Amino acid sequence: MHKLYPDARSAVDGVLFDGMTIMSGGFGLCGIPENLILAIRDSGVKHLTVISNNCGVDDFGLGVMLQSRQIKKMLSSYVGENVEFERQYLNGELELEFNPQGTLAERIRAGGAGIPAFYTRTGYGTLVASGKETREFDGEMYVMETGLRADLSIVKAWKGDRSGNLIYRKTARNFNPMMATAAAICIAEVEEIVEVGDLDPDQIHTPGIYVKRIFEGRNHEKRIERRTTRPKE
Amino acid sequence: MPMTREQLAQRASDELRDGFYVNLGIGIPTLVANYIPEGMDVMLQSENGMLGLGPFPFAGEEDPDLINAGKQTVTAIPGTSFFSSADSFGMIRGGHIDLAILGAMEVSEQGDLANWMIPGKMVKGMGGAMDLVAGVKRVVVVMEHTNRAGESKVLSACRLPLTGKACVDLIITDLCVFEVSEKGLVLIELAPDVTQEEIQSKTEAKYSTASVVKTIRHW
Repeated sequence: MHKLYPDARSAVDGVLFDGMTIMSGGFGLCGIPENLILAIRDSGVKHLTVISNNCGVDDFGLGVMLQSRQIKKMLSSYVGENVEFERQYLNGELELEFNPQGTLAERIRAGGAGIPAFYTRTGYGTLVASGKETREFDGEMYVMETGLRADLSIVKAWKGDRSGNLIYRKTARNFNPMMATAAAICIAEVEEIVEVGDLDPDQIHTPGIYVKRIFEGRNHEKRIERRTTRPKE
Repeated sequence: MPMTREQLAQRASDELRDGFYVNLGIGIPTLVANYIPEGMDVMLQSENGMLGLGPFPFAGEEDPDLINAGKQTVTAIPGTSFFSSADSFGMIRGGHIDLAILGAMEVSEQGDLANWMIPGKMVKGMGGAMDLVAGVKRVVVVMEHTNRAGESKVLSACRLPLTGKACVDLIITDLCVFEVSEKGLVLIELAPDVTQEEIQSKTEAKYSTASVVKTIRHW
């Protein structure tokens, strides 16, 4: 089984089409597939629906695909860091569906696990629940949310092998493991490709079955969104 | 005197208990981490996928893979664990977090909370706030009592879109503290030098007054 590709450009070759739905891992700028985002931008593919917790910043992460007007619709929980996003949305150039962060995470997990819908207390009695089925369990009200799937998911991991096994690092894990499971094709961008057998099977976060293509990313910038420090005593 | 941001955070820190797992929101709630009493064991959760938040790193030691839910660089402590956002919200939704301290734009006398959206003005999103107020055992909000125009933010009903219905347990404003009980709001504490008359004049919501109203201790 051939999964290893030399770079982002070759890894996205043949899987992109106009109007497709793409899940993109990361929280803020942490744990985002930097090279894949640029490769998709450079491909010129259009009218995308993008499922991602955030939408990058104006000049980095998914923000670059907003600049190039390739995104038709975003499904996110928080997009407050992006001026261009707000401008396009308020001008009606961009569709937006807000999901509570935990509901978004669970919809993706459910999508990948073959669960078409689930009930959650989150959002009951708010705008998020409007038009959705609600139901009482043990005296509490719940909202029905549906599982999410995509044509493609792009994820970022720390280490991976040519079988597609992945290990994430610290809080860069975030949405990546669920997204890896919830698309027809998952492409993983890793900081380091290691030999099969080098990863401790007990430590693998995403088993290779989910990953169809993998490559070692180049020049990861790993930009910090809010650099906060304390003084040395 | 209205309490300062630091004083609000200090008052909110009184809600911490030994052994608690706690989620702190962005802004004043984040400052509560500076006032965890000496010797008290409190584990802070960050909803992007971390339990056991440490202090901010020293300059030069920032790790882009290690951030809190406010996207700030943080550190890990001995005993920290990392997990996916699905696991993180399973923890939240499943009622495993003892306390959430959050900011508010408006609260109502039923304990409804609005803190995520101003129609036509602010389109940032709710992030994890709706999940937190729906899942965490006890929800404390920290807020200013009035807006810039001097109008009450403690209302008979919220005007802004809700984050959650009947989800708030305690309201700490810069002027006083209300408990949200089954019978409605109860005024239980006043900031130093704030009178009951002042609260009466600046509060739209109906509330009752506890038989003993304490003064929030001076920090």
